[in-house]
Amino acid sequence: METVVEMKGITKRFPGVVANDHVDFDLKPGEIHALLGENGAGKTTLMNILYGLYRPDEGKIFVRGEEVKIRSPKDAMELGIARVPQFPETVDNLSVAENLALLLPGKILRKNKIQSMIKELAERYGLELDVDAMVYELSMGEKQRLELIKALCRGAEILILDEPTTVLTPSEVESLFQVLRRMKEEGKSIVFVSHKLEEVFAIADRITVLRRGKKIATVPAKEITKLELAKLMVGRPVTFELKKEPVVFGEEVLKVNNLRVLDDRGLLAVKGVSFSIRAGEIFGIAGVAGNGQRELVEAITGLRRVEDGEVVILGKDVTNKSSADIIKLGVAHIPDDRRVGAVLTLSVMDNLMLKNYTNFSKNGILDLRKARELAEKLIEKYKIVTPNVNVPVQQLSGGNIARLILARETSGECKLLIAFHPTFGLDVAATEEIRKLLLELRRKGVAILLVSEDLEEIMQLSDRIAVMYRGTFMGIVDSEKAKVEEIGLMMGGVKPET
Amino acid sequence: MEWVTDLLTMMISAGTPLLLATLGEIYAERSGILNLGVEGMMAVGAVTAFGITLVTGNPLLGFLLATLTGCLLACVHAFLSISIRSNQVISGLALSMLGLGISSLAGRRLIGTPLPVTIRKIPVPLLSDIPVIGAFFNQDPVTYTSYVLVVLLWFILFKTKLGVIIRACGENPQAVHAAGIDVYLIRYLCTLIGGALAGLGGAYLSVVYTPTWIEGMTAGQGWIAIALVIFAVWNPIYATVGAYLFGGIRILQYRLQPLGISVPLLKTLPYVCTIVVLVVASSGKFRKRIGAPAALTIPFEK
Amino acid sequence: MLNLRLERREVTPEIELIATIVAILLAFVIAAFIFLIYGINPLYAYAQIFGTVRKAHRLGEIITKLIPLLLCGIGLTIAFKANTWNIGAEGQLLIGAILATWVALFLSVPEFTRLPLMFLLGFVGGAAWAFIPAVLKSKLGTNEVITTLMMNYIAACFVDYLIYGPWKGAEEWGFPYTNKFPISAWLPTIPKTRIHWPTLIIALVSAVLLYFLLTKTTIGFELRVAGQDERVARYAGISVEKAIILAMIISGGLAGIAGVGEVAGVHHRLRYASSISSGYGYAGIIVALLARNNPILSIITAFFLAILFVGGDAIQVSMGLPFGVVNIFNGIILACLLTSEFLAKYKISWR
Ligand SMILES: Nc1ncnc2c1ncn2[C@@H]1O[C@H](COP(=O)(O)OP(=O)(O)O)[C@@H](O)[C@H]1O
Ligand SMILES: [Mg+2]
Repeated sequence: METVVEMKGITKRFPGVVANDHVDFDLKPGEIHALLGENGAGKTTLMNILYGLYRPDEGKIFVRGEEVKIRSPKDAMELGIARVPQFPETVDNLSVAENLALLLPGKILRKNKIQSMIKELAERYGLELDVDAMVYELSMGEKQRLELIKALCRGAEILILDEPTTVLTPSEVESLFQVLRRMKEEGKSIVFVSHKLEEVFAIADRITVLRRGKKIATVPAKEITKLELAKLMVGRPVTFELKKEPVVFGEEVLKVNNLRVLDDRGLLAVKGVSFSIRAGEIFGIAGVAGNGQRELVEAITGLRRVEDGEVVILGKDVTNKSSADIIKLGVAHIPDDRRVGAVLTLSVMDNLMLKNYTNFSKNGILDLRKARELAEKLIEKYKIVTPNVNVPVQQLSGGNIARLILARETSGECKLLIAFHPTFGLDVAATEEIRKLLLELRRKGVAILLVSEDLEEIMQLSDRIAVMYRGTFMGIVDSEKAKVEEIGLMMGGVKPET
Repeated sequence: MEWVTDLLTMMISAGTPLLLATLGEIYAERSGILNLGVEGMMAVGAVTAFGITLVTGNPLLGFLLATLTGCLLACVHAFLSISIRSNQVISGLALSMLGLGISSLAGRRLIGTPLPVTIRKIPVPLLSDIPVIGAFFNQDPVTYTSYVLVVLLWFILFKTKLGVIIRACGENPQAVHAAGIDVYLIRYLCTLIGGALAGLGGAYLSVVYTPTWIEGMTAGQGWIAIALVIFAVWNPIYATVGAYLFGGIRILQYRLQPLGISVPLLKTLPYVCTIVVLVVASSGKFRKRIGAPAALTIPFEK
Repeated sequence: MLNLRLERREVTPEIELIATIVAILLAFVIAAFIFLIYGINPLYAYAQIFGTVRKAHRLGEIITKLIPLLLCGIGLTIAFKANTWNIGAEGQLLIGAILATWVALFLSVPEFTRLPLMFLLGFVGGAAWAFIPAVLKSKLGTNEVITTLMMNYIAACFVDYLIYGPWKGAEEWGFPYTNKFPISAWLPTIPKTRIHWPTLIIALVSAVLLYFLLTKTTIGFELRVAGQDERVARYAGISVEKAIILAMIISGGLAGIAGVGEVAGVHHRLRYASSISSGYGYAGIIVALLARNNPILSIITAFFLAILFVGGDAIQVSMGLPFGVVNIFNGIILACLLTSEFLAKYKISWR
């Protein structure tokens, strides 16, 4: 048997995009085959087709030499295909054991059985987990371990891992790689989806590159260099050189003092964080998702109650002030989830005036013509691609929604910008544009709080970097002196030795 | 002590229709489907059971068909909210109106006719003699069935794989789908269980509790059942507490009448209590501990 | 399950219009089957219902019923826009009726101020009745569907309490009515009809004003944002609580005015809750939803429902069917509306 999986001429169209355009892909027994591509290249779509979540518009799939129709995940499982999704798809309000029970045979819940199964996996791969724990108590890394166990517990031979490292710290990544190598030794076939070159080189036997839905090449990992691969992936030579000019920092714009904030479940998520940002400075917060970054940002922007400590903006104490008050001080906020930054069902114009609609009103009556003019100006300036200002935002692509939010947030009088994953899910070009814009704002003297999981982004843009771990800062370092390894360790909870 | 036992006996009986409807709605909501049509399904169940019993003289057949019609009506909601992903609030309201309409149409010739049969209480020997506890064992067969249902439904929900699947459907249907399980099937199943039990609850009202047909005899009990689901934190065992409590409120209404309090004012008692219960259930501490299923009312798209 | 393939498509106003008409037609077909099951000739029943449109004096009746339907319906468009499921227009209407009755019968004021005062207090009463669930929802997150519904029952019981108890009229031969209102508390009507035109004008003007409020004012903007997405509203500094409360006050107030119209324009006394309102508050939900929450379009949909209500009265008289049968249409129309909306939203094909 030469291949375990062969996908031929797979095409999948979504309204407005061809996510997969006649893609060929094959997987050999006992190999780790990396699927590499920028955000939006169509990797997840291709793997969702293999896992039966989407149906291809065209194309054929062969598993172990036989043509198959995979209509649902059930079909995929019966073929021995398992998947670890890009973001954990666990049921948070159930226990670990109950999450696993979803996949195991038997009608009655038997915890002993599940326990012994986990024990076996722990011995084989070092995947340990407390079966009694509620899933919402788990860290992102632990949730992913649960997903791995879910994928393995049915004895799957073909494993799809969709960007498994996004939610992991560098050391967790290393132990994941060890698990993958052990599985490979056992003869399992693995598809490793990623957009990070280093990882792909570290683990893959062969690499398939996707770009804008098309397959560009499949090459053995040993026969290609990083630079060549990057070129294949992006489609043009990449020069990741952003010019960060030296600036003189101005007055202190944001000061956070010993902040303590609860999460949705009432547990302490931010445990006494202090820092300050001056005008013209980018303060980066690195860390794996779920370590209190969201709660911190929400507390600063007035969206979440502060339990203890204080937030001072431009010398004014805004602790537990309403978000409306804080916006009035000139605080712009790019949220991590674009669905929080824009009402998808409302029009482009409505969304562009979301925060300053009162500027267009006289005695409570809106001057819609003025609002439209301004919206059209912003659309042009920020290159937002939209048929007109009246279409609902949900018809725009992710990159354009991101630009719309950015346009609204940064076009006005902005003193402090809170950018939470501003480039999340965007392709290289859009990412670069947004990073340039942040540097531009920095030059204009805006204080910027940049929260990102993308270490590269943080290193590139920030003047100072804090690493957040379990609700506290592991340390604050000068970006000039910071080393990636050191920050990586701090992300995993290791304090720097000073 | 005797009067406590008597009171409890009456509370249980008065609470049984509510209990049945609440149990059903718990299952629907646990799977992620809010069915606001309970009132309509109860009304149709009530009129069906009453009519069939009247015509055939066979209450068992009446109950069976009431359960079936409850299911049938729930099917409408299931189709609208599961298959075609409609707004569940609107769909549930539609069901309520439809059910009430059908019950008044079907019951137009039944008004005032007494039933030829009555469902008697069958005391369980020995057990029914125990003070207080005995109240539970001096009931009719339907109430006994409801005890079995409480335990059975609780067991399924928390101790079996099916239960895990149902709860997971209400929390994160995507995960259930990715596990190779048909979310639609589970949600249909639970919605139908909801319909069946609401129909049964309605049947109990018209055949056992007040064996006559009055238009609008459900009098908002379906809505109260929906409130009780929240009060019971989506747990069949706790549903008994709420249902019997409201059974008690119903009894209280009759007990207070001789004191000279105006009847219409007394009638507001269950409605006021429902609001109070809801407010308590949704206030601060209580809500933090356990909330509604995360995917409740959110349609699932494959 | 079925091998269907769904593709979203843009829904234009034309498609929405077609969907609405299809929904209504489909509803009558389905209702016909239900009638058949219960041994009623649906064609005869429909002839009874729609036969009413032609006769001139019946048109007057239709307009009379349109008034409360429209007032409840436009209020609900605002509530629904704010994503608040006010199912309590029925109760809010009754409270408006109660307060109007109080002004009419028990308040000594200059006669020319009586009617304006009735409208004012009717609005305040309905608004206050809606304010309670609004506060509970916005502060505690209490489910407003159930609280508003419970308050309907409470309002109805309260009406019964008044007419059987303290307000029972001396001149009514033991019937549970209040006394008749003094003439100064009667609304003028268009001759030969029961159309109390002042209320009609209030309703029509309100419809236009609310449309303006929703589309052209900052309050309307806040309401729409808060109703579409709570999280985004909070993020944008828009108070969701304020939007909910405001929408409910408007909604409840207008329903209250409908109640004033019924007692001051039609009945001239307070009587059974089910006589004051034969479910206008519930039907208002359909008025609003059929009009896609557009207050001006609500005028058309309220007219349609008014036909149905007059028809309901007609089949009650001529065929001896209970008025509750109208609920069958209400329910099926809603269900068909949902179905046709789905068909409009998706292109469906086999694969
Ligand atoms: N369910 C969907 N509906 C519409 N468009 C989608 C859907 N899933 C993905 N897309 C679009 O298809 C393209 C490929 O997406 P995806 O496969 O997620 O890329 P990748 O995983 O490589 O980042 C993107 O343009 C994305 O916007
Ligand atoms: Mg992806």
